[in-house]
Amino acid sequence: MNPLLFLLLAALTVASALTVVVHRNPVRSACALVLTLCLLAVFFLGLDAQLVAFLQVIVYAGAIVVLFLFVIMLLNLQVEARAMAGALLVGTATAGGVALAVLVVTALRRAAVPAAANPPAGFGETAALARQLFTVYLLPFELTSILLLVAIVGAVALAKK
Amino acid sequence: MTPPLAWYLGLSAVLFAIGVLGVLIRRNVIVIFMAIELMLNAVNLSFVALARSSGSMDGQVIVFFVMTVAAAEAAVGLAIILSMFRNRETTNADELATLRW
Amino acid sequence: MVIETTWLRWIVALPALGVLFNVFVGRRATGAVKLVGPGVVGAAFALAVWAALRRPEGGALHDHVYTWIVAGPFRAEAGLSFDALAMVMTLVVTGVGFLIHVYSVGYMHGDRGFARYFAYLNLFTTAMLILVLADNLVLLFVGWEGVGLCSYLLIGFWYEKPENAAAGKKAFLVNRVGDAGFLLGLFLVVATLGGHGIWTLDVATIQENRALLKDVAWLVCLLLFVGATGKSAQLPLYVWLPDAMAGPTPVSALIHAATMVTAGVYMIARLHFLYALAPAALAVVAVVGALTALFAAAVATAQMDIKKVLAYSTVSQLGYMFLGLGVGATGAAVFHLVTHAFFKALLFLGAGSVIHGLGGEQDMERMGGLGTRMRITFVTMAAGTLAIAGVPPFSGFFSKDEILWNACAGAFPVLGVIGLLVAFLTAFYTGRLFCMTFFGECRASEDVQHHLHESPAVMTLPLVVLAVLACAGGFLDVPGLLGGEGHEAHAPLAFMLLATALAAGGLGLAWALYVKWPGLPSLVAWRLGAFYRLVRDKFRVDELYDAAVVRPVFALAEVSATRIDPQLIDGAVNGAGRVVSATSGAWRRYQTGNVQHYALSFLAGALALLGYWVTR
Repeated sequence: MNPLLFLLLAALTVASALTVVVHRNPVRSACALVLTLCLLAVFFLGLDAQLVAFLQVIVYAGAIVVLFLFVIMLLNLQVEARAMAGALLVGTATAGGVALAVLVVTALRRAAVPAAANPPAGFGETAALARQLFTVYLLPFELTSILLLVAIVGAVALAKK
Repeated sequence: MTPPLAWYLGLSAVLFAIGVLGVLIRRNVIVIFMAIELMLNAVNLSFVALARSSGSMDGQVIVFFVMTVAAAEAAVGLAIILSMFRNRETTNADELATLRW
Repeated sequence: MVIETTWLRWIVALPALGVLFNVFVGRRATGAVKLVGPGVVGAAFALAVWAALRRPEGGALHDHVYTWIVAGPFRAEAGLSFDALAMVMTLVVTGVGFLIHVYSVGYMHGDRGFARYFAYLNLFTTAMLILVLADNLVLLFVGWEGVGLCSYLLIGFWYEKPENAAAGKKAFLVNRVGDAGFLLGLFLVVATLGGHGIWTLDVATIQENRALLKDVAWLVCLLLFVGATGKSAQLPLYVWLPDAMAGPTPVSALIHAATMVTAGVYMIARLHFLYALAPAALAVVAVVGALTALFAAAVATAQMDIKKVLAYSTVSQLGYMFLGLGVGATGAAVFHLVTHAFFKALLFLGAGSVIHGLGGEQDMERMGGLGTRMRITFVTMAAGTLAIAGVPPFSGFFSKDEILWNACAGAFPVLGVIGLLVAFLTAFYTGRLFCMTFFGECRASEDVQHHLHESPAVMTLPLVVLAVLACAGGFLDVPGLLGGEGHEAHAPLAFMLLATALAAGGLGLAWALYVKWPGLPSLVAWRLGAFYRLVRDKFRVDELYDAAVVRPVFALAEVSATRIDPQLIDGAVNGAGRVVSATSGAWRRYQTGNVQHYALSFLAGALALLGYWVTR
């Protein structure tokens, strides 16, 4: 990916992320979230993770955020007068967040960066992912399916009247 | 020329920090949830970048699992919010403070 | 030589069994108590006689019951030793004790606490026997404390009256002061001998190694004597004995005349080898004994209560015994102990008979003329009076004479002179008691005179037996039996005549003042004025102690109870509680219940960890 393109997309991603967090209207926040997710999918494409990118759009942006919107509509949430917590908390949290970002970046820079080798053929394709998924990571795969079953049953039980 | 790994990790860190901020300062619990999803996605970006850089598919497999778990968590979490709303008629985090002394 | 036995312990065990019987079965079977109570003591006496016959000439019987204390290198055995001295004491304790037990059956008849009384009395006998038979000082101390306890229990026997309970407490507390000194003496012995690797308080062992105690002997002896002062009622710890007359009269006879109060004398006699190393301590013993004898005899001449006269008489006679010990006449002192047991018990029991006959009257000013109405009591009391006055051939003459001669011939003849003066006073006040009670007009009320009667046989029989002993006891060669340690010379004839003359003079004066010219005593008292009142009020020693010791202690206790305890100690504890409460109150504010606040704490923690890791 072109570095310039990267910077542009990165700026856009950060802006939409800030919109998610800052905007008072929850529906607008959800829309900003969709935008962020799609931009991240573009990043994934640039990183030779084609399957993951499509899954991101289909599952995350297409299902999870839609779910969020369903709930927002169901609860008929209005725009609140006071969307954020008190000034003290906002100040502290902002400082904390900045500190966190700085620290993480510093830590990552210190860390040993693995060799940027050329990826093998077929990297990021469905076949490669599936090969790993059904051999090495078979057990977590099965467990995750059970987890989904449990989540469905739980959600139904919790949400019914 | 691909951007160096460090840029991707830096972007991931910034997005994560923004997610943390969202969790801490918003009152509406649904928006708090959305901020959590943002944090998860930041981490996904890290994983994919590192997978690409080390040439191993393991990173992408983990992203796959993260997405699955995030979906399950979102479903259950929103169900909880629904039932809480039915009880208390509010989604304001301050009014849901029941663990007070 | 020492013979080991296994049956000696029954002398102690039999009265102990009596205690158990009286405690657990006695309340429902008063008839059985009448037999068991005196019976066990009688059996112990028989066993003691048997043991006396089996004892080898100049030797001892020994019974090692079991090994009692093993604490590191220190050992104390529970062992009984029956040598000449122990034999004399055991026979006196069980013999006179038996007679008094029998007497008590009559005296305490109908009392609500009949079984309890005999339980206590048997317990006392057990403890006293432990005291005299113990072969080591730790076991002796057990008996020492035991008799002190029983004394407390029996003085306050009729505890419903507060003054009886108070008298019991006073006895116990004053004894404790003495016991503190006694214990310090014991500790010093252990510490000194322990420095040489000998960790025991066995009397035989101490005697063997007495040279090692040479430097501290004076202090040890003085400390032990402090204990004797408390237990045997000498100056300055005698104050409990007159108050102890609040107990039943047989108790006064047994404990406060014949046996417990002689424990101090016995202890010093037992440890005479130690006192021989410390002539200074012996001198103190002699001086204290002589002064006590004089002091108490003086007070006795002005008392109106019949039992109080006898109480002060006991203190005085005990002073004689300590005087004898102090001038080295140990055998004479123990001889006087034996004869004193006979005639003092007799006098007390006789007084008890009088009190019983008069329906509880103890004030001699309301007695008189009982000689014709209570014949047996009259005759036996006469024997007792003559014995204590020291008229030959009664027992008191022989024992008192020995002591007085040794005192006059010793290092400080002035003590002997004091002793002679006391002999005169003794004869006088005892004669006074006798005359006021049995001669002249009966000053009791009409109602009391109507009910006046001689005591039943169960009470008069012991009186007769004791009277015989008081008469004939002088012919027991007790000093010879105990071996002639030290110089115990026999008095020359002139001295004996002098003593007899003093005795006769005292008795004669009493006759003159209380029978011939009964109006004289009050005239003399009026002339002496303030001095007489001082003597009658026992020199106000109790009041002095109250002001100097009791009140300050109470004041200190008051401060402790009202200031130190609530403010300081409770304050500290409550303060600690308050601090915790305040801290938790402040800390509690973190629990806001707001999840976002908790998440902020998460963040803070994560930042801290990250920061540490990054800057490491």
